[in-house]
Amino acid sequence: MAFLELEHLEKSFGATRVVKDFQLSVEKGEFVSFLGPSGCGKTTVLRMVAGFETPTSGGIRIDGQEVTGLRPNQRNIGMVFQAYALFPNLTVAQNVGFGLRIKGQSRSDIDRRVTEMLTLIGLPDLGDRYPFQLSGGQQQRVALARALAPRPRVLLLDEPLSALDAKIRVSLRDEIRSIQRELGITTIFVTHDQEEALSISDRIVVMHQGVADQVGTPFEIYNRPTTRFVAQFVGTLNLLDATVLNAATGQVSVGGTQVALNRALPGDGTSLSLALRPEVVSLGRHEGRNLILSGRIAEVHFLGSVIRVKVDVAGNMVSLDTFNRPDLPPPAVGSAAEISVSERDLLVLAE
Amino acid sequence: MMGRRFWSGLAVFGSFLYFFLPLLGMFMFSLRMKRGELSFEAYRVVLTDPQFQTTFLYSMILALITIVFGTLISVPTAYWVRLKLPKLRPVIEFITLLPLVIPPIVIVFGYIRLYNTSSVLPLTGSWLGTNLLVLFGYTVLSLPYMYRAVDTGLRAIDVATLTEAAQSLGAGWVTILAQVILPNVLVSVLSGAFLTFAIVIGEYVFAALLNLNTFGPYMFWMGGNRAYEPSALAVIAFAITWACMGLIQLVSRFSKFSQVKR
Amino acid sequence: MPAVSTTPSGARRRASALLTWAGVLPFLVFAVLFLILPTLNIVIGAFRSPDGHATFDNIIALFSPSILAAFWVSIKLSLITALLGCLAGFLLAAAVVLGGLPGWLRGTVLTFSGVASNFAGVPLAFAFISTLGRVGLVTVLARDWLGVNIYAIGFNLLTFAGLALTYLYFQIPLMVLIITPALDGLKREWREAASILGATGPQYWRMVALPVLWPSLLGTAALLFANSFGAVATAMALTGSNLTLVPIKLFAQIRGDVLNDPHLGYALAFGMIVLTGAANLIYIVLRMRAERWLK
Ligand SMILES: Nc1ncnc2c1ncn2[C@@H]1O[C@H](COP(=O)(O)OP(=O)(O)O)[C@@H](O)[C@H]1O
Ligand SMILES: [Mg+2]
Repeated sequence: MAFLELEHLEKSFGATRVVKDFQLSVEKGEFVSFLGPSGCGKTTVLRMVAGFETPTSGGIRIDGQEVTGLRPNQRNIGMVFQAYALFPNLTVAQNVGFGLRIKGQSRSDIDRRVTEMLTLIGLPDLGDRYPFQLSGGQQQRVALARALAPRPRVLLLDEPLSALDAKIRVSLRDEIRSIQRELGITTIFVTHDQEEALSISDRIVVMHQGVADQVGTPFEIYNRPTTRFVAQFVGTLNLLDATVLNAATGQVSVGGTQVALNRALPGDGTSLSLALRPEVVSLGRHEGRNLILSGRIAEVHFLGSVIRVKVDVAGNMVSLDTFNRPDLPPPAVGSAAEISVSERDLLVLAE
Repeated sequence: MMGRRFWSGLAVFGSFLYFFLPLLGMFMFSLRMKRGELSFEAYRVVLTDPQFQTTFLYSMILALITIVFGTLISVPTAYWVRLKLPKLRPVIEFITLLPLVIPPIVIVFGYIRLYNTSSVLPLTGSWLGTNLLVLFGYTVLSLPYMYRAVDTGLRAIDVATLTEAAQSLGAGWVTILAQVILPNVLVSVLSGAFLTFAIVIGEYVFAALLNLNTFGPYMFWMGGNRAYEPSALAVIAFAITWACMGLIQLVSRFSKFSQVKR
Repeated sequence: MPAVSTTPSGARRRASALLTWAGVLPFLVFAVLFLILPTLNIVIGAFRSPDGHATFDNIIALFSPSILAAFWVSIKLSLITALLGCLAGFLLAAAVVLGGLPGWLRGTVLTFSGVASNFAGVPLAFAFISTLGRVGLVTVLARDWLGVNIYAIGFNLLTFAGLALTYLYFQIPLMVLIITPALDGLKREWREAASILGATGPQYWRMVALPVLWPSLLGTAALLFANSFGAVATAMALTGSNLTLVPIKLFAQIRGDVLNDPHLGYALAFGMIVLTGAANLIYIVLRMRAERWLK
């Protein structure tokens, strides 16, 4: 049995169902991200785990213990909020020691643990400061230390990096991950930033309108999205309209070109979408990419080392990247072009 | 969760009783002038009393002049301090808060001592002087509300940029104040104005000690000499206060509306 | 830069500085003439004998039994109504802001508080007389319906308790008006963070919410104290000369009704300033200590 289990979680606010039949098992020590656009219900799931919202139905189990009916202060969970939420009237050390003080630990135990945590987050000398004297990144570290100090069973982070500037966001994200590995704490990390989720998670839950669309490792989510939403939300995606010619042999037609997909497809004559990532498309012919489609250059964006080109293939816009070459000017808009892909890289998406 | 709502509801209900009963009491009492029936007789008597009419008019005029004078002193000062003398802000703010700390009766007492007939500036000696004195006194009383309202209003607009823009178009100080700054803080000025009106209209201590026959002393005199009319007066005074606060709400709601549109 | 060129620019700067100051001159002159000088005049007068010599006689005269008694009653009244006003106003504001009650209540309570905090003086006294006076609404209803004669069991509106009850009518709303924004400033995340760290509701209030609110609470208490200490009209209209409060005594002094010793009047007024000033000073000092964590 998994360490943290969410079973058939449902949450409605009035008539709107915000979370629908949410299922998830998290192993001990695992780092799981909830990824999805704003308003898809990530925070609501997290708040149900924390105990701030009561599920309309379904259950939450931590380490075999049913916690659905417990109040937040009985769950032994750590949480980090987007806006830091440090107590402004307490020093950094007092903030970090808050949970231990509530538990009634002795002064010396608290001091020892606070020092340990402040060292862990790399701010050993700032214990006497007040929150307003810290930068955003420092405040969020302290919030992390505060959440971890009482040795919670589960750590929840709700978009902890969204309020920080880009540079600190990346460094703190790596730091969170390394602290999490060091402590081996089971963690749920909420974000709407796909790069963030892809870079630090063991597994990602992509959420869409209150439903967990797909659960998988970053590699699976990116390379084998199972729904159109996941494919579109994670990374850039090109879609090609296709018509099934022969379901049994996997023959489809893309803008008049016949393509053999070599996999089972829905019935003859149905139309479907084929998806492909920019990096699996080459401009011109390319070794190992046997499927050639012709079109016209629609847009060229010179980004420096990379040139992003959009090619119009029978009404479908296909985005692809080429590396800049000083000896070769980028293709001209409006000129005819061929692109090549391997049919293995074409994804068939369920609607 | 249920417990919290229950106790909150109880607190609100208790407060409602405490605040509503005196209002009901004064209203019911004001209807009992005619024996054995409820009537608006007390209101008729009060409203047709020439004393009421003159004192009320007097207080109203005083309130309006106070508002104008208060605006004239608050808006330019608050503007100037924000624009040129930000260092002075704490000092000015402190001064504007003093009337909340120094009891009004002490301030009048000071006026009477300082501006009596045997002083350098014998304001209390003449009709005009006394009226000026009470006007200044009321302006002082309204300062905490008026000045702070204006200052808060100014915080919302970019004083420096507006000023430079107006200056680049050739506007002088008076034009800038009257046509650029004032319209932008009008809502704040109006809020301060209604509050000032509510304070001045029934004010008693200044008027009584400076021997002016305004509405406050009239109400006080009625209280000592009549039975039912005072309640009618209290109802009227309450209605005026309520109207002033309602207008403040209305004005600030209107301003929110116009800000959203912008 | 050569010294020659700095002189004229320095002069110009000084001139423009003067001009800058001229902008606040009207306000400063007004404030000095009609707020500061009158107050100073009282303060200085308190230390002068009628013939103009420096003396402590007036201050010493304050310690006569009758004046001390008046101060004691005034202080008691102001303290009690400030504390009760703070407490009741806090509960009401907390109920409206945090109590999970319907949203329209908040606006209604705030508007009404604006009205009631300004509904002081003579009309307020009438309102209470017609409600809790000998023939007031509640008195009569209690007698006729409940068979309780509140005057027979010791209540009297024209006493200290009655006056305190009346003062609360403007004290509580003032507290509501001031404390509501402070309560709004309590972030929901603080409560949640405390709770997820194991704190109960009372622990959260003791360790986070009240310390955060502390400066506002103190400030309002000081303001309510001054507010009640300086109130004259309500008390006079309600109790006449039944209850000798300091401001009523001072009023009589100024009218020349009683002792007709202006310098005792000065001393009385001085005493009032000292007390309301002290209340605010205590507030400022405590606030500075409480606000180490604030910028
Ligand atoms: N307390 C609430 N009452 C009503 N609707 C809510 C409440 N909390 C969240 N919602 C709604 O639920 C949906 C999901 O919200 P949330 O979980 O915060 O999304 P996310 O964190 O993914 O951005 C949103 O449409 C939001 O408006
Ligand atoms: Mg969210």
